[in-house]
Amino acid sequence: MYHDIVIIGGGPAGLAAAVSARQAGAGDILILERENELGGILNQCIHNGFGLHTFKEELTGPEYAARYITQVEELKIPCLLSTTVIHIDENRVITAVSRKHGLMSIKAGAVILAMGCRERPRGALIIPGYNPAGIFSAGTAQKLVNLDGYMPGKEVVILGSGDIGLIMARRMTLEGAKVKLVAEIQPFSGGLKRNIVQCLDDYGIPLLLSHTVVDIHGKDRLTGVTIAEVDQNFKPLTGTETDYSCDTLLLSVGLIPENELSREIGVSLSPVTNGPLVNEQLQTNVSGVFACGNVLHVHDLVDFVSEEAESAGKNAVRYIQSGGSAADSISFSEIPLRTGGAVRYTVPASIDPQRAQEETIVRFRVGEIIRGGYVCIYADGKQIARRKRQIMLPGEMEQVVLKQKDIAGASGEILITTEVAE
Amino acid sequence: MVDYDIIIVGAGVVGSSIARELSRYDARVCVLEKCTDVCEGTSKANSAIVHAGFDAVPGTLKAALNAAGNKAMDRIAEELAVPFKRCGAFVVSLHEEDLPKLRELKERGIQNGITGLEILGREEALKLEPNLSDDVYAALHAPSSGIICPFELTLGFAENAKQNGVDFVFQSGVTAITKTAGGYNVETERHAYSCRALINAAGVYSDIIHNMVCENKIEIIARRGEYILLDKTAGDHVSRTIFQLPGVYGKGVLVSPTVHGNLIVGPTSEDIDDKEATKTTRDALADIVKKSAFGVKNVPLRQAITSFSGLRAHSPTDDFIIGESAPFFFDAAAIESPGLSAVPAIGERIAEMVKEKFSLAKNERFNPLRPMRVHVSELPVPQRRELIEKNGAYGSIVCRCEQISEGEIRDAINGIIGATTLDGVKRRTRAGMGRCQSGFCSPRVMMLLAESLGTDLTGTRKNSPSSLIVYEKTREDT
Repeated sequence: MYHDIVIIGGGPAGLAAAVSARQAGAGDILILERENELGGILNQCIHNGFGLHTFKEELTGPEYAARYITQVEELKIPCLLSTTVIHIDENRVITAVSRKHGLMSIKAGAVILAMGCRERPRGALIIPGYNPAGIFSAGTAQKLVNLDGYMPGKEVVILGSGDIGLIMARRMTLEGAKVKLVAEIQPFSGGLKRNIVQCLDDYGIPLLLSHTVVDIHGKDRLTGVTIAEVDQNFKPLTGTETDYSCDTLLLSVGLIPENELSREIGVSLSPVTNGPLVNEQLQTNVSGVFACGNVLHVHDLVDFVSEEAESAGKNAVRYIQSGGSAADSISFSEIPLRTGGAVRYTVPASIDPQRAQEETIVRFRVGEIIRGGYVCIYADGKQIARRKRQIMLPGEMEQVVLKQKDIAGASGEILITTEVAE
Repeated sequence: MVDYDIIIVGAGVVGSSIARELSRYDARVCVLEKCTDVCEGTSKANSAIVHAGFDAVPGTLKAALNAAGNKAMDRIAEELAVPFKRCGAFVVSLHEEDLPKLRELKERGIQNGITGLEILGREEALKLEPNLSDDVYAALHAPSSGIICPFELTLGFAENAKQNGVDFVFQSGVTAITKTAGGYNVETERHAYSCRALINAAGVYSDIIHNMVCENKIEIIARRGEYILLDKTAGDHVSRTIFQLPGVYGKGVLVSPTVHGNLIVGPTSEDIDDKEATKTTRDALADIVKKSAFGVKNVPLRQAITSFSGLRAHSPTDDFIIGESAPFFFDAAAIESPGLSAVPAIGERIAEMVKEKFSLAKNERFNPLRPMRVHVSELPVPQRRELIEKNGAYGSIVCRCEQISEGEIRDAINGIIGATTLDGVKRRTRAGMGRCQSGFCSPRVMMLLAESLGTDLTGTRKNSPSSLIVYEKTREDT
């Protein structure tokens, strides 16, 4: 089996990539989706707040997904559902498996990685205590409540202030549970400001910054947790421990791009994002393999996932149309995007100033709260842009536009950095 | 009152191995287990090492049974379809002045009948294990050391025992034992039993069981060991089990690949009063992090996927307690490390004693082979394709991290000793044991369990009856 473009994942990134690839002229596209319907994690995000940028209206997750699913259907883009990709080799031969079609081998002209991310589990944090029932990652609880129709518990403590945790604080409250508090080890929230207001403040749920869970009680089912304040090195402060009784602990302590398949192909990953290192075409170091959405880096808003995926879709088409020659795809005149100040990473991580489109969107996150600062861009040491930002938050993605005309002459590096006003 | 010839208390790896060895004989055997499944105590939370046998003091039961158990493990693993690999082990020393201690260990191993032991110099050791500490001076190499899946070993013994006629009764903790003319009466929370011979394989509770019967009391101390388990991406950090030479830092911690390709680091050692306190603690976990660096450098602890603790059944006598401690009452008590390694020999020894005592006849229909369960992701492509064509459930991946199919989960639920809990499915299939730690697959596994239990999701449990996972259905739309 051969297809020009194979998209791995039928969530928001995969759907938008498929639509834009079709619109850019790709005739032969295949979407592989492991769940039994398209839409990815949006299907369990029944709250609203999606689509303000893309559609200028507030949609729920399933509604947002439906907009793209409709287009995929109208454009007659084939999908294989309930199909799990279990292997990809460096020649872009994909092995997938499903109940209906068994084991399949699919050769792809170009691959778009759109597998999304997973939640960091308790074990990765090495939180001491017992290991009873009643500890869920926030997304698992969200699935149980919103899709399966079950309440994980009645008295809830949430560790981590990622967006899913904040959303679940509200969801569990609306379903009749008592959410006692959200503890966040960082001195700032990992989620969107609007979610803190709408999901915690509106319901009187306290957010304890610089606090974490230091012990878990209950042998069979959770009976409580001990929470303590931490110092700036995240070490719990003795004497600040407080016990809270609860039957449920939800974890919203980070999302990890799911790049196990990417590793198999030999894609280089960023130690900061855990996602592929891509150039301005969103192409990885492996020719013909593109990445977009949360598998590339964790986004705050799905709108930006869609936008990024559209770009990946178009670039994959360009790659196919150019005959997929390696010379076209992996350029020797790519220069790195370096980070400075509070900037933790950039996507893309490199750019070819000659090949770049008129405008390239550079997305990044900061590692600390910056008030009244600037995002500055330097090309070979020369400042080419300085943009004021009221506030930059670690929980929210930032972006700047890189104009091709500004960097056309650059041959060393582009620096993206934050500067604080004097 | 239910009558048996032999009752075994405890369905851990020890009780299960005894049950399997006794199923070679013509006797009615029953295993009483207080938990909901086999392998719920010490057997599920240990280093998963089949020790070569150089560590135990010559002349002890530990030494003799470790050596014999290690030798038997290839056959056992083959017969019972248990993942087992002789990966070898190093005991690492960092200082020249420790060399005599390393030689002493080697000598002890030779006395215990262990073959292949050799002391390697720094260069040689580093060539074989490049991630050893930069300070390594020498290493004792024990090629016969191995790694095993303790869940499958326990289940393998138990299922094979059941195949051969042994009954397993769960949620049946023993509450009272009385001596009768012909043996013992045994009461559990649910039923009363009688038997001619009673075997104590109750792990950390084996003192309680022993002391219900015997005049000479024993004491079993719960010795907690905590571990950190790392992702498979860290699994090849070392290719052998790396022990530290016991020294100023105490016994040290081991760093080892697991038979499924993860990396395990631990254990700590702490005597505790509570025989149920299988918790992890901040101090112990910090201790593991610190000590792991003494033998192996750059252990990628950031790739931790879980931490856990197990309670070893330690006796102040420092040796296994095996034998007929009262008439017709047999102990397999104080089975701490190297208990897992010794277990084939422990089972044989107890079975032999009971057989002699009662002149048991052979079970002519004894079948030593446990049927191999399907592991779809390990099958060669043509077989995998064929299997999925026959049964599509093997093509439906439920656990994405470990690539476990619905078919395998159904097999585990419908097995000879079927899984009834989320943890039971996890131990049998590895679904939920991967890097996401069941975040994605648990709702689907719960559905498959609920289907077999004939309940909705509120009827599913993590392990014990009170470990409910979801409380109730969400409110109906109004």
